[in-house]
Amino acid sequence: MSASALDKHYPIQHGDYTRAGEASADIKRTLRQLGVSADMMRRVSVAAYEAEMNMVIHSLGGEMCLQVEADHIRLTTQDVGPGIADIDSAMREGFSTANEEAQSMGFGAGMGLPNIKRNADAFDIQSQPGQGTRIEAVFYLS
Amino acid sequence: MTIRDLADKLGSRVLIGHDRLDQPVYSACCSDLMSDVLAFVTEKTVLLTGLTNMHVLRTAEILDLKCLIFARGKMPGQEMLERAEEMGLVVLCSPHTMFTSAGLLYEAGLRGALMPSGAAQQSAS
Repeated sequence: MSASALDKHYPIQHGDYTRAGEASADIKRTLRQLGVSADMMRRVSVAAYEAEMNMVIHSLGGEMCLQVEADHIRLTTQDVGPGIADIDSAMREGFSTANEEAQSMGFGAGMGLPNIKRNADAFDIQSQPGQGTRIEAVFYLS
Repeated sequence: MTIRDLADKLGSRVLIGHDRLDQPVYSACCSDLMSDVLAFVTEKTVLLTGLTNMHVLRTAEILDLKCLIFARGKMPGQEMLERAEEMGLVVLCSPHTMFTSAGLLYEAGLRGALMPSGAAQQSAS
């Protein structure tokens, strides 16, 4: 596999609501500097922000990666747990296990994963309880 | 309609962006759920909200929103205002509740921001 034209990695900490969103804001600035269209920039950064908030709220921490190739953008997150027991429910709009702190921030309404999927051209989620969750969202540039 | 018209209609205080009040506005959305705003708003619109935490600003940054209106006289912190200034936002503080603020804006002719096709009807708009 060839090296990505651009490959950025962002560590995400559990419960760090103060810094939550900084990685996504940097992703947006990066895409703007690359001259990506406004619509694509919005789609990728909305997906990134939702994924980042999901990791801050639910995971034990992990990493978000942005890879930009000539014909697509790939956004991936990999966390270290605790995993999702019922992915089908987690993908349903309105389903949420978020705590009150997340809800007080305007998140945890059960829109995160569906919103990532809606914005991406291709979406995949892999998770096992007790293990990490990996999400991949691909956006085609054309 | 301009942001200045909205500010006048609401009798709101202009907290940030006095020099940016003449921007035209065509739509608005109204929500405390930033996830809903992220899911349904596709325009560079106005956000009316009762939340005053940094995630309102982050949402505005991600979506390139033009103007934030805080309802019921809520005042964001100084750090938020400084960041909003850096972002070039206009920030208004409405003395009315969110319901009344939204009603006044609708009465003035502003309409809900369009939803992407296929989105659920439980919109943030």
